[in-house]
Amino acid sequence: MEIELRGITKRFGEVVANSDVNLTIRAGEVLGLLGENGAGKSTLMNVLSGLYRPDGGEILIDGKPVQFRGPGDAIRAGIGMVHQHFMLVPVFTVAENVVLGVEPTGPVDFLDLKKARAQVREINETYGLEVDPDEYIENLPVGVQQRVEIIKVLFRSANAIIFDEPTAVLTPQEVTEFFAIVKSLRSAGKAIVFITHKLHEILEVADRISVLREGRIVGEGVPGKTTDLELAEMMVGRPVSFKVDKTPFSPGPVLLDVQHLTVLRENDAVAVNDLTLNVRAGEIVGIAGVQGNGQSELVEALAGVRRVAGGSVMFQGKDITGASARDRHRLGMAHIPEDRQRTGIIAAFTVAENMVLDTYYDSRFSRGLAMDWQAVNQNSAAAAAAFDVRTPSIFEKAGHLSGGNQQKLVVARELNRDTKLLIASQPTRGLDVGSIEYIHKRIVDAREEGDGILIVSSELDEIMSLCDRILVMFKGRIVAEFGAAGRPANKNDIGLAMAGVAA
Amino acid sequence: MSEQGETATLTARLLERAAPKRADFEDLVIVPVFAVVVALILGGVAMLATNVDLETIGRSYVALAYGSIGSINALSETITAATPLILAGLGVALGFRAGLFNIGAEGQILMGGMAAVVVGFSFTGLPMLVHLPLALLAGIVAGALYAAIAGWIRAATGAHEVILTIMLNMISYRLVDYMLRMPAIQRPGRSDPISSSVLPTAELPRLLEWLGPNLRLHSGVFLMLAAVLFVYWLLFRSTIGFEFRASGESPEAARFAGMRSGLIIVLVMALGGAFAGLAGANQVLGVLGRASSGFSAGIGFDALAVALLGRSHPFGVVIAGLLFGALEAGGRQMQVDAGVSIDLIGIIQSLIILFIAAPLVVRALFPWGFRKGAPASKE
Ligand SMILES: Nc1ncnc2c1ncn2[C@@H]1O[C@H](COP(=O)(O)OP(=O)(O)O)[C@@H](O)[C@H]1O
Ligand SMILES: [Mg+2]
Repeated sequence: MEIELRGITKRFGEVVANSDVNLTIRAGEVLGLLGENGAGKSTLMNVLSGLYRPDGGEILIDGKPVQFRGPGDAIRAGIGMVHQHFMLVPVFTVAENVVLGVEPTGPVDFLDLKKARAQVREINETYGLEVDPDEYIENLPVGVQQRVEIIKVLFRSANAIIFDEPTAVLTPQEVTEFFAIVKSLRSAGKAIVFITHKLHEILEVADRISVLREGRIVGEGVPGKTTDLELAEMMVGRPVSFKVDKTPFSPGPVLLDVQHLTVLRENDAVAVNDLTLNVRAGEIVGIAGVQGNGQSELVEALAGVRRVAGGSVMFQGKDITGASARDRHRLGMAHIPEDRQRTGIIAAFTVAENMVLDTYYDSRFSRGLAMDWQAVNQNSAAAAAAFDVRTPSIFEKAGHLSGGNQQKLVVARELNRDTKLLIASQPTRGLDVGSIEYIHKRIVDAREEGDGILIVSSELDEIMSLCDRILVMFKGRIVAEFGAAGRPANKNDIGLAMAGVAA
Repeated sequence: MSEQGETATLTARLLERAAPKRADFEDLVIVPVFAVVVALILGGVAMLATNVDLETIGRSYVALAYGSIGSINALSETITAATPLILAGLGVALGFRAGLFNIGAEGQILMGGMAAVVVGFSFTGLPMLVHLPLALLAGIVAGALYAAIAGWIRAATGAHEVILTIMLNMISYRLVDYMLRMPAIQRPGRSDPISSSVLPTAELPRLLEWLGPNLRLHSGVFLMLAAVLFVYWLLFRSTIGFEFRASGESPEAARFAGMRSGLIIVLVMALGGAFAGLAGANQVLGVLGRASSGFSAGIGFDALAVALLGRSHPFGVVIAGLLFGALEAGGRQMQVDAGVSIDLIGIIQSLIILFIAAPLVVRALFPWGFRKGAPASKE
């Protein structure tokens, strides 16, 4: 099977999402589609999977032109897509979800779940998916839900499978497992399209790479021949540097001193267990770990938005264990929360309003109860310009910005004041190369100014390139320390510590 | 250009406001206008369906217009009816803005009105300059405290404010009936639940009596206008309003930004109740002169519609309140002139709300009112 896209153009009003795109997808091959957020990757694949009709160009399957009037046509032609947001019914079982819409029926037209279960098991075995057909979706981790989506596509006998940013929601372990699945699909002769904006992933799993920028194919690459720097440059349109330039490590006094901290989850399970750490002025401390080992709860407790169950937190020698989030802000602590959509910004508020979300009460922005919007707007425009927040105006709704610009907005808000300690949770998750580079630079700038910085990230590369000291968190505890006083940082050792293997 | 110069230009560009979008205009003006038109037409259809002849239908709409804006008296009636709707609507809108669905305006009006009446007839010998403000304040405080009960329970236990305010409404009906039979409140010599009359020193002065003795327009309208400006300032120009709106749009983001959600909930409810209480005081001190069983007359529920129709914006609430006031005043005329039941007005009001809530229906009915191919209102 060979699928060819010829001269595909797709417009949304004035936005040209795809412009004259040519692409070939072959059986037994993984095509990596690389591009920043908004480059037009999803649009292109939605055209291929019959969700959108192109404004120009044609699709050929094995040399024959085809017309898709809807996703149904594409599925019948053997093209299946796994969307970034899963389309599963949480209260149905795996088997029920898989057959939804194409239910096999018995002789008297009743739902033949037995047959469905058997088919799911068969697919499981063929591709090493290991999914229990009788488990309910809501009880499954995200990585397994994704496999259910894959089973759905295979169940509809797809020969070509499109994955739209499949790794965005996965933990590092799940990513590894996912790649194994992709490889087994490839050996089974499926044609695969793998969409991402993460360079190392595409270099690991793709056979060929096409780079999309502003709706156009701007270059091609082959893993092993093309370097990540070359790909990044194609993607962003200018030379990119991955190296973070830092002055030599010379930390000052201890800013944040956490002793025997215990924090509980909503269900009273222990999330952070008797944890001790400190952050000094002028150093970047990174917390590595597989998600769900208590990092989120630790950060929330330090930021004052989650109750502490035991232990103490000192900031510049002052006990802040029970201090409110507002008190901590006032003392010079800044917090970049992990979920920018939910807790970092307010989508319906303007950029200017978001820029003062936690400083509006400050004498710079209000007098008594009266807001000084003039001052807010001036300050927001200056901050947006200084932090490269790309928006038509500061009166634009923050929800209309791309993820990268939303995150830069949060960074601008938190760093554009006199801070002493920055706590950042997943500061670059889901962002494109250009934004990541920029945010890293601002974090390093804060360090050079003598701020202490605590970063939690599930991206090991990020932690390794940014941090002076790396702590590994496992089951609510710090289980290893690397860099500075500890052992030199080494990806393999850190990975083992993250997996809870005592070193 | 120097780098600094570039940043300055960029900053200046970021400060430019985009022209209002066509889509905003469609949402804020065209949809409501068409909603009213369609509702009036369907009102006519409803009359036809109940065997009202065309001539009577014509006559009733003429009466509707005449009774709402056709004379000084009509205008006076429209504004008099609109004033409490707008006051209570402001209170409800405040709640909407902060993400709280305060259904309790009716009960808050009752409590505010009762407090105002009691103060209004109890203190003899006070000068008006003291007595009237005192009575108004009593109404405001009673409404605020009554609503704050719901806010406090919500903040402390997480119980839903819709349930709480509905229950408080129920309680207020009975409480008012009970109070109206208490010897200290009940009008001497009466056995039905009715209060003593408000003393002249606590009455909101009529404004147009020099034009005609029947013109009921009273100085409550100034309170209403002041309240509108105050709510505008509060919502869009004050730090408290910023907190309200932030909690309304995203309680979690507000909490992470250091705002105190519990306090905000209690404050929003209390403020909303204060405006409803003022609406109640406005009724007893400006129109009724006393309290009787159920004197709130559903204003608190119409206020929900007014806040909804006014998009929870203080100026929108004024327009919506005036529209509802006009329908009420005109509806009475309609009943007199054409003999059409005033319930028809209720039907028309409900249809307006229905179409506002379902803009897609309006778009489908009037495709030529909207830009072609424009996506249906997002989110
Ligand atoms: N349904 C849509 N309506 C209008 N614009 C859209 C729509 N879908 C995508 N776009 C625009 O098309 C461009 C490409 O988007 P998309 O294909 O989602 O990019 P990617 O998947 O590479 O991040 C963006 O500018 C986006 O805003
Ligand atoms: Mg996409």
